[in-house]
Amino acid sequence: MYLSTVSRPVAEPPGPGPRRRRLALVSGNVVALGTVSLITDVSAEMVAAVLPLYLVLGLHLSPVAFGVLDGVHTGATALLRVVGGFVADRFRRRKLVAGVGYTLSAVAKLGLLLAGRSVPAIGAVIAVDRLGKGVRSAPRDALITLSTPPEALGRAFGVHRAMDSVGAFLGPLAAFAVLLVVGQSYDAVFVTSFCVAALAVVVLVLFVREHAPGEPAERPDEPKVSVREALGLFRAGPARRLVLAAAMLGLATIGDGFVYLLLQRREDLGLRWFPLLAVGTSLAYLVLAAPLGVLADRIGRLPVVIGGYTALGATYLLLAGPVEGWPLIALTLTLYGAFYAATDGVLIALAGPVLPARVRTTGIALVQTGQALAYLVSSVLFGLAWQAWGPENAIRAAAVAVAGVLVGTLLLLAHPTRLTTRKAPR
Amino acid sequence: MTAMSTRAKLAVVVTATVLLGSAAAGYVAMAAEPDRTTPPVGGEQAVTLAPGPRLLAITDRHLSTVATTDPAGSRTVSGLECLRVYAAAGTGVCLKPETAWSYQVVVLDAALRETRAVNVPGLPNRARVSASGRMVSWTTFVGGDSYTSSGFSTRTGILDTTTGATVASLEEFAITRDGRGYRNPDVNYWGVTFTADDNRFYATMSTAGKRYLVQGDLAARTVRTLKENVECPSLSPDGTRIAFKEAIDADPAKGWRLSVLDLATMRVTATAETASVDDQAAWLDGGALAYTLRKDDGQPDVWSVPADGSGAPKLLIPGAESPSPLT
Repeated sequence: MYLSTVSRPVAEPPGPGPRRRRLALVSGNVVALGTVSLITDVSAEMVAAVLPLYLVLGLHLSPVAFGVLDGVHTGATALLRVVGGFVADRFRRRKLVAGVGYTLSAVAKLGLLLAGRSVPAIGAVIAVDRLGKGVRSAPRDALITLSTPPEALGRAFGVHRAMDSVGAFLGPLAAFAVLLVVGQSYDAVFVTSFCVAALAVVVLVLFVREHAPGEPAERPDEPKVSVREALGLFRAGPARRLVLAAAMLGLATIGDGFVYLLLQRREDLGLRWFPLLAVGTSLAYLVLAAPLGVLADRIGRLPVVIGGYTALGATYLLLAGPVEGWPLIALTLTLYGAFYAATDGVLIALAGPVLPARVRTTGIALVQTGQALAYLVSSVLFGLAWQAWGPENAIRAAAVAVAGVLVGTLLLLAHPTRLTTRKAPR
Repeated sequence: MTAMSTRAKLAVVVTATVLLGSAAAGYVAMAAEPDRTTPPVGGEQAVTLAPGPRLLAITDRHLSTVATTDPAGSRTVSGLECLRVYAAAGTGVCLKPETAWSYQVVVLDAALRETRAVNVPGLPNRARVSASGRMVSWTTFVGGDSYTSSGFSTRTGILDTTTGATVASLEEFAITRDGRGYRNPDVNYWGVTFTADDNRFYATMSTAGKRYLVQGDLAARTVRTLKENVECPSLSPDGTRIAFKEAIDADPAKGWRLSVLDLATMRVTATAETASVDDQAAWLDGGALAYTLRKDDGQPDVWSVPADGSGAPKLLIPGAESPSPLT
């Protein structure tokens, strides 16, 4: 495709070709994956926007029934994510595994129609949807790393994540448009969402490549990835340190809900404005994702990730600090969005080159799972701290935890070779 | 895999877009119901909330009344759209849709004129008026902003119609749990019922996976827990008993038994209704409760059952929900 770059890392010094660089912004595969993510997020956010309406006004479920709906899927999803990553590596079928994930989520949209009023069935459908989401993200990110030269990974992930959040923005609008036409018929939103998700799968099948052009597709003589080799991720120093650091960084996050709740309490915001806090954060994320990705390629990914978590710590301090009013809200949401923009994709860009290509999907799945599980722990701990010490002291404690986690991360990762992944030896 | 040219791929994508787009558009067009015929407004006599031998209920999303002596008989339906209603002493409350996403708490006088409107976040769930008609309360579900993984929380507000003072959310109140001060970000409230002094009230408080009956004091801005596993309380007209839904085996996943708590002895009596009741019941008089049950297709009916555990449930108002006596 016209946007493709060569698969061989372009190590040329940025001398004569600024024009060429601009053309080869990101590879065709990254654009294709970004498009798939964009369309899928439209579909997912359409359903997310109307699901509460559907459950409460359509099915008349009570709040406790939702708790049952949610259940304990997180653990199972975490495990299956790693298994999916391993399968993708073993059979060198990252595109296929990602496609299965996207398809599962698409089918789940229709499942909502079939589940009717049955709470267990709706729970199962939501579980399938999350499973799809869990399974697809590691192979998708692995494909991005495999189709981008190492020195441009930050930019590639930045562009991908920005496209992804554009979809998340459009989804609720699309749902709103459908409801304007159909009134209370939520099933029409689910059907539309399914059609949108199906289109994403079509785009994936047609435009996403398993291999970069020019790379030999398959070497039959090459042995398949074994469980042993995948477990080797835990033995190899750099990879192990990275997975550990990712999980540790996960411990620094207390979750969006807590951040917005604290902001709302501090400012006594009208409760009706509450949903807009998430919109503000997403906007900052959308705008900053690509520039911070580019910056990560320039100055190194670790500094940007560290900067992101510093922004997180600053967010926490603001929530217990002296700034008030609209400056507080604007500053908090910008910093919080910057945290996401500087860490979500950049961390994988940092991880990619460190993880051996043969087991990279498994490695990325481990990084993502480690973060998800650590976040579960930290959100529970934060809830306990709130109970024991009150919200202000709990958030200060969280800021201290960010500082601790940052020191730990620096100790684990700040070897001279990894600080500057741009010049990573090959 | 045979390589397709970019042009062929684009052709396939365009075709898929057209096909999927038509499918979605076709379904949407099919689902777009022609505007429902607005129910007859008023009829010969207009709907009134003035105390009398009538029951207030929602029929097809509209506020309506029936005669207490013939609840299954002819119905007077107003043009006012509500998802939940209640009334007492000539004051009504209606949780009214503004758009698909936003709702208003509307306070009504006896002639259904709007005297006050409060914008509320989330989706309407419960509504109450104190026996004197002075205090109004509501509960909504709020989605998407919850810090819990389930993504749902509730907001319960109270309005004093005399002074206009509003409590936007009971979460601001100080909590005493089992005799000790308590705080937790996961606290949620729902289902307020007022006592005769228009200051004290009962409600459900949920925290750390448990649901409590709490007694609250509006002036002092406090609540204290009285008993576990009591949800959606409804105080009897004489103020001695609370009708509520009791989670079976204290597990809401197993459904709720409509029960009555004697406040003097704290003894619980299950009613004869064995179907799971997910509603804040209304006292029809000192001896009987009214509540909504849904059929398998989701259509509601109002049922009633004696409050003392005797007798059997009987269908009161077919095809209606959110009952309230007009006292």
